[in-house]
Amino acid sequence: MRGENLPFDKKYDLCQPFQNGKGSAKPKMTHSPLTPGIVPGRLPAEAYARNFGDHEPALDRHEARVAADRCYFCHDAPCITACPTSIDIPLFIRQIATGTPEAAATTIWSQNILGGICARVCPTETLCEEACVREAAEGKPVEIGRLQRFATDVAMGKGLHPFSRDAATGKRVAVVGAGPAGLACAHRLAMHGHDVVVLERRPKAGGLNEYGIASYKATGGFAQAEVDWLLRIGGIEIRTGVELGRDVTLDELQASYDAVFLGIGLAGVNALRAEGEDKAGVRDAVDFIAELRQATDLSQLPVGRDVVVIGGGMTAVDAAVQSKLLGAETVTIVYRRGREKMSASAHEQDHAVQSGVRIIHNAVPLRVLGNGKAEAVEFTYTQDGPGGLTLLPETFTLKADQVFKAIGQVLKGAPDNLVIAGGKLAGPLGKVWVGGDCAVGGEDLTVTAVAEGRDAAEAIHASLMS
Amino acid sequence: MANLASDFIGIKSPNPFWLASAPPTDKKYNVERAFEAGWGGVVWKTLGSEGPPVVNVNGPRYGAIWGADRRLLGLNNIELITDRPLEVNLAEIKEVKRKWRDRAMIISLMVPCDEDSWRDILGRIEDTEADGVELNFGCPHGMAERGMGSAVGQVPEYIEMVTRWVKKHSRMPCIVKLTPNITNILAPAGAAKRGGADAVSLINTINSITSVDLDSFSPEPMIDGKGTHGGYCGPAVKPIAMNMVAEIARSAETRGLPISGIGGVTTWRDAAEFMALGAGNVQVCTAAMTYGFKIVQEMISGLSQYLDDKQIAMSDLIGRAVPNVTDWQYLNLNYVAKAHIDQDLCIKCGRCYAACEDTSHQAIAMSADRTFTVKDDECVACNLCVNVCPVDNCITMVPMAKGAVDPRTGRKVGDYANWTTHPNNPSVAAE
Ligand SMILES: Cc1cc2nc3c(=O)[nH]c(=O)nc-3n(C[C@H](O)[C@H](O)[C@H](O)COP(=O)(O)OP(=O)(O)OC[C@H]3O[C@@H](n4cnc5c(N)ncnc54)[C@H](O)[C@@H]3O)c2cc1C
Ligand SMILES: Cc1cc2nc3c(=O)[nH]c(=O)nc-3n(C[C@H](O)[C@H](O)[C@H](O)COP(=O)(O)O)c2cc1C
Ligand code: SF4
Repeated sequence: MRGENLPFDKKYDLCQPFQNGKGSAKPKMTHSPLTPGIVPGRLPAEAYARNFGDHEPALDRHEARVAADRCYFCHDAPCITACPTSIDIPLFIRQIATGTPEAAATTIWSQNILGGICARVCPTETLCEEACVREAAEGKPVEIGRLQRFATDVAMGKGLHPFSRDAATGKRVAVVGAGPAGLACAHRLAMHGHDVVVLERRPKAGGLNEYGIASYKATGGFAQAEVDWLLRIGGIEIRTGVELGRDVTLDELQASYDAVFLGIGLAGVNALRAEGEDKAGVRDAVDFIAELRQATDLSQLPVGRDVVVIGGGMTAVDAAVQSKLLGAETVTIVYRRGREKMSASAHEQDHAVQSGVRIIHNAVPLRVLGNGKAEAVEFTYTQDGPGGLTLLPETFTLKADQVFKAIGQVLKGAPDNLVIAGGKLAGPLGKVWVGGDCAVGGEDLTVTAVAEGRDAAEAIHASLMS
Repeated sequence: MANLASDFIGIKSPNPFWLASAPPTDKKYNVERAFEAGWGGVVWKTLGSEGPPVVNVNGPRYGAIWGADRRLLGLNNIELITDRPLEVNLAEIKEVKRKWRDRAMIISLMVPCDEDSWRDILGRIEDTEADGVELNFGCPHGMAERGMGSAVGQVPEYIEMVTRWVKKHSRMPCIVKLTPNITNILAPAGAAKRGGADAVSLINTINSITSVDLDSFSPEPMIDGKGTHGGYCGPAVKPIAMNMVAEIARSAETRGLPISGIGGVTTWRDAAEFMALGAGNVQVCTAAMTYGFKIVQEMISGLSQYLDDKQIAMSDLIGRAVPNVTDWQYLNLNYVAKAHIDQDLCIKCGRCYAACEDTSHQAIAMSADRTFTVKDDECVACNLCVNVCPVDNCITMVPMAKGAVDPRTGRKVGDYANWTTHPNNPSVAAE
């Protein structure tokens, strides 16, 4: 708890004096931030645990009590409206304040079964906490996200799962995609007494909770622990390594299940359309992040000396910050429009800057330079006007041995016969419901995916029982 | 989920949380919303006799005191009984009770102190299908000047007489609501019992002036430059109410008389404490007026979790602390404790040090690096440091084992012994 306000350089060990391997007490560190190219082990061994530890430590009991005491128990509270899953926030905070965090967790989970991960990853500064009346009053909202984490941590720590299944209905539902949308849908369906089979293309369930979210937001294997916890409801079977379109078709699913939910997220990425995109050292940020999330030893994960990230969303920020935390010497995010247009919140942008990442606005890449592998990227400045983006004549070049593309994820592998609006799935259609990032209305937020999965389950339930 | 279903003197409700007779229970609109939120029952805002209803002031009727962060700690009011016509109230009570069969509906009454008035009003309410009546002998302002409310509640003979009339003219269970504006709560409680009351409820509000405007020199709440004493309620009155409840629960004269606990109940904990001291259920007013009806959901989840954690039924909780409420003279003078400061939890504010050094026994040491430690040879275990510490559980009282030597007195911790046998007690020495 105490010490979380340490100045940045004490918290993240980026400025460790360079030591060369020879005669060093830390023989593992063979490289430094200055080593050219894409190499592992740029930092002393112990720096990784520190850098990738909990970025916002859990509240202890005393802190939780003090934080909970600040809630005014507003009527028709604006925070509830601002939460995509409509958690009864004043009630759960009052339950914490009166010494029953377990009851608080029940209040949270009954609206948002992934309340644990949401407490860690929600950009609360643009959701519940932005709406808090104490944000308006004092610029210091009640710490809703951290209190939510406190309650769910206490209850999970005690092994509580305060839900049980209704009498079996005999109905079977297929859920495609074990991300937040699919899991929330599966849990709610199981609760209503339906049998659920979840088909997941990847080796592990969790979706981007497991393969995407920045690792310092979900430390200690939390994503898998939460999946295991969620499955305790019973009646949910997860089949990993099964891909819709490759191993099974939507028609087959519709034929053998009473309903189908698609929560397949956005499996594709946008192309850069810049010259030299195919050079070695240029890759999709989401792949790098997934690899990072699955790495058992971060000191073995290679990263460039000069990293350039192209994009303006959460993925760009996470790729940049984590590159820095892995020991890259310079990391630069380049975004084609102004600061206010970035989809990463101001809080996240600040976090990036505080982590030592430089953000350049209003520039687009023209070409990746280098002989076979990336050495630099040439950009041109842009102007954002009513007629759209115009390229300005002035260019500049950034040194880059590693380039991450983070210019947006797109729908991929969706069954052709489904309605697609604005590049996303629209439903429901017959027996098929959709939700989460892949669906129209998805906001690229974990909490929105949970809300849509839950609501789809209610709609499926209503339809199956009518 | 523990079973919170409550049976109070034969009146059933899904939980033991009732709204006390006051603005929250003033009309159908409120009561239905309260039931929707989950309240187990209500005591309808006090009804008076037929005829022109009472009038209220047209300026402020509430005053308050606040704690840190403007948290409302005490509320006072100069409101009278219902100012709506009797027929309107009766029609609404009947309608709501029909719609909400499982909830408790009690009618609070206050009419002039003669048998005819009581017989008449009891006749009028018969048809509402309400579950019981509560006699408001508590209201300390306005109505008392007219010979009602606490003017009756302060005279045990009147309480007994009116209670008898009510039992004579009605089949309904009868709860007598007591005023705390007396010196000994056992007198009115005993009178209610003798008169045949099925239960008592307490407390009503306490005479009070919450503040004085230092520009206009008027008490608050101020009406055209003047103020009057109002009835005090809310968290601040809870300790006073709990003592009165406990006295009734443990005294030979009143033991066994069912009690509905009222006064400052704000959370499930407050409710559980009242119940442990012998209350069969609780009534709430100020907390609902401060936070709205939804608080009952925390009360339900909290009490239920508590009972589950303790693995006891609600009936086991009721009265469980009563045997432990005793007279000072029976407290064990050989119980020796020492304060202990948990250094991991300590935030080094030094409040314990200031309190002990300036006003207690100089038993806390402070080092140059602000480490605070208890001097066991000075500590008398007064608990002041615990009370002023801002961190929950940082300072605790650790009892000494029997046979251990108290470094303050040099004496061994002995067996139970109290004042009645203490050598310093003059009445013992006289023997
Ligand atoms: C790098 C990054 C960081 C992020 N950080 C945050 C953050 O801090 N806070 C926040 O709120 N949101 C964040 N987001 C967004 C958030 O992760 C998503 O909005 C959320 O995960 C969407 O949930 P979903 O269930 O719709 O999709 P996903 O989580 O993408 O899950 C979809 C699942 O479907 C599977 N799947 C896909 N196609 C098929 C198929 N054909 N057959 C079978 N299975 C398939 C996938 O493998 C995956 O497991 C971040 C996203 C990224 C990429
Ligand atoms: C504005 C107000 C009006 C009240 N009116 C009545 C009343 O009409 N009849 C009655 O028996 N008690 C009345 N009371 C007293 C409450 O029922 C209750 O006994 C008291 O407020 C203590 O409980 P609390 O601390 O939960 O508020 C009133 C209290 C308030 C604040
Ligand atoms: S789920 Fe997210 S937005 Fe909703 S209350 Fe929790 S932290 Fe806030």
